[in-house]
Amino acid sequence: MRKPELKINELLDSHSELTDTATSKSAVVLMTRIRLARNLAGQPFPGWAKEAQKREIRDQCMQAVAALPQMKRGLALQVETLDDLQKQILVERHLISRELCHSKSGSGVVISKDQACVVMVNEEDHLRIQVLRAGFQFKKLWATINAFDSDLEEHMDYAFSPKLGYLSACPTNLGTGIRASAMMHMPALVISGQMEKVVRAVNQLGMAVRGLFGEGSDASGSIFQISNQTTLGESEEGIIKHLQGVLNTIVEQELNAREKLLEADPNKLHDKIGRAYGILQNGYLLNSSEAMNLLSLIRLGIDLGVFGDAHRAVVDRLFIECQPAHVQHAAKGSFEPGQRDILRGRRLRAEFAKVPAPDFNAASR
Amino acid sequence: MANSLKCDLCSKPATVHLTQIVNNKIHKVDLCEACAQAKGVTDPSGFSLADLLLKASLNPEPTGEARCESCGFTQQDFKKTGRFGCPSCYQHFGGLLEPMLDSMHKGIAHTGKVPRRALERRSLHERLSLLETELDSAVKAERYEDAARFRDEISQVKQAGVRREET
Repeated sequence: MRKPELKINELLDSHSELTDTATSKSAVVLMTRIRLARNLAGQPFPGWAKEAQKREIRDQCMQAVAALPQMKRGLALQVETLDDLQKQILVERHLISRELCHSKSGSGVVISKDQACVVMVNEEDHLRIQVLRAGFQFKKLWATINAFDSDLEEHMDYAFSPKLGYLSACPTNLGTGIRASAMMHMPALVISGQMEKVVRAVNQLGMAVRGLFGEGSDASGSIFQISNQTTLGESEEGIIKHLQGVLNTIVEQELNAREKLLEADPNKLHDKIGRAYGILQNGYLLNSSEAMNLLSLIRLGIDLGVFGDAHRAVVDRLFIECQPAHVQHAAKGSFEPGQRDILRGRRLRAEFAKVPAPDFNAASR
Repeated sequence: MANSLKCDLCSKPATVHLTQIVNNKIHKVDLCEACAQAKGVTDPSGFSLADLLLKASLNPEPTGEARCESCGFTQQDFKKTGRFGCPSCYQHFGGLLEPMLDSMHKGIAHTGKVPRRALERRSLHERLSLLETELDSAVKAERYEDAARFRDEISQVKQAGVRREET
């Protein structure tokens, strides 16, 4: 068997749904994602299973998942064979959760070749099936994950009750076990101080708002994850439709806020974007939070027509590749935060040397 | 709406709303007039929100220590982790569950996807093992006509299973 290190490098160097999305045209929704929580009938949940049971469950699940045609030429990894940096890279790519990272033994992950489909094994539930796509794509995602789940069900007996639905370790996931979420870029709502209001309204509608990397993470780069919170008493399609409706309204709010910012004081907004470009082209020390915030302004500039459309995919890739583990991986070593800031600055200078100066006249059109 | 303000204890419309910080965590409680009175909420010194919360969400039936017969998970374990031990816990902690699900979700009954193929497979299995028991006892009792009938039925059920796998 090959070393996991080689495999991770293969994964990093191959094309991925999130880092090579030249066709992404979505101004606000960076990425959409659906996950399903599933468990095996008659087996204790991962948090309560004995070590040996857990390993047995993992082997059974990973074998069944890896055998599916959707996982052809994908990667199957046992979490305990990965080092911290490798795990962190998977988290930064939104492929595994931080919880899976911290699991000591008996858990695993299977990743499809295009990195658009991932199954975490023995996270909170035996199976966490996840599909993701760049842009606003819930309909396609549901079709994909529904088929994947049905295929997997051919080979596994799921814990299911006709009354309560799919049985999950935590009752908050009971029923459909679905969580649909969108990664939203909302710089204008942040700049105009309206985010708190949006978060409150979204919460009241039974949806959750989190930072870029889920629970407890901050929202640097003005990126937020919005997802459904309830899973029982409504069908999957109903839940998705409801979320989609809320997201459409938020997209509208963000676009309105952008217009208002431009109307009220275009110079102020142009100044922010111009300065971000200047720092990215010339800065030497950039921590990840600052880099995210500057990239966010560039992406806003692209949406406004200040920079060419082709750069959107570059910015979306840099949102991921400026994260600490990716910076270290690119430099082939383990580096302290201060050294990472130098490496990040170097990388961004090189990228932005290729980006032509902003054309603010184009924005008014 | 999931978050409409109902009394956390009895589901009547809530008129008393409390926020308290316990162990650096914010707890919010909504109560109706009657429950607020009953719990002594009007007298802040004699009232602990954390206790109330635990009672409201985890202990609607103060009937000793419930335990899952399949995996040994206890109500205490659930209080600690907020998660269950195995799928059967949902049966064993049924009484505890409903009010909690009601406050957590849109409804308390599943209306989504059903693992149709797995359920079919399971019922096929159950039918087969039933027929095999019948066949055994027919053979033992030398009821050979019945035995032949059960054997035919078994092969029919098996064939149906194979056809389903192929489609």
